[in-house]
Amino acid sequence: MRVKVRVFARLRELAGRDAWDCDVPAGASVADVWRQVARDDDRLTPFEPVVSFALNSSFASRNTPVQEGDEIAVLPPVSGG
Amino acid sequence: MSVRRFVITHEPLSVESVTAAVERDVQARGEGCGGLCAFVGVVRATHKGRRVRYLEYEAFDTLALKIFEQVDAEARAAWPDARVAIHHRVGRLEIGEASVVIVAGSAHRAAAFQASRYAIERVKQIAPVWKHEFFEDGDAWVEGATADPADDRARQEAMARACA
Repeated sequence: MRVKVRVFARLRELAGRDAWDCDVPAGASVADVWRQVARDDDRLTPFEPVVSFALNSSFASRNTPVQEGDEIAVLPPVSGG
Repeated sequence: MSVRRFVITHEPLSVESVTAAVERDVQARGEGCGGLCAFVGVVRATHKGRRVRYLEYEAFDTLALKIFEQVDAEARAAWPDARVAIHHRVGRLEIGEASVVIVAGSAHRAAAFQASRYAIERVKQIAPVWKHEFFEDGDAWVEGATADPADDRARQEAMARACA
């Protein structure tokens, strides 16, 4: 199935794009999508221990299942304020 | 026209309009409004000894606005009379410009002071906003906390700072 990936800040700069489609097996979780993304672009791999995720604009844990058409955002450590 | 309490904007921030947004909400409740406490985050000229030329902020707008609402709800749970407003700027900011304005209002001053401190600590912990610093000799993304709104230890840490 196809999902949409969004990245921000340094991840966006490293990836050279802010959003793209990603094919993952049915039954995939947020973590599975991230593994796919990190496998496709190893510049993003070092972020593994520090990223957090949003599913359809709500924070989501790694084991949350994803559906066809979902948007998974990968968030590097934040620095607002 | 009434100002929204939670805003992400490219435009310069106005302490006065954020204050008015909270004042109106607190005034309409129980004892009314007895105190407003504003925190203004400002672009600093240096970072760890390096001279900063300017900053760029980026946000995941839709999620950030939800998080601002969550921070207000958390503050309300701790200080039932208090209401918080949070306006964050994005895009390019020059030295001395306001990046964030937080105003907490309550019937009494203690809750206003504490809720405003709590809100800025939470924004720094969990709001999906990123700061990119441009120096005279390079640039760097600032990477602070891994955002996890469900992490109760971080929440307690923010509360401890608010009540210190």
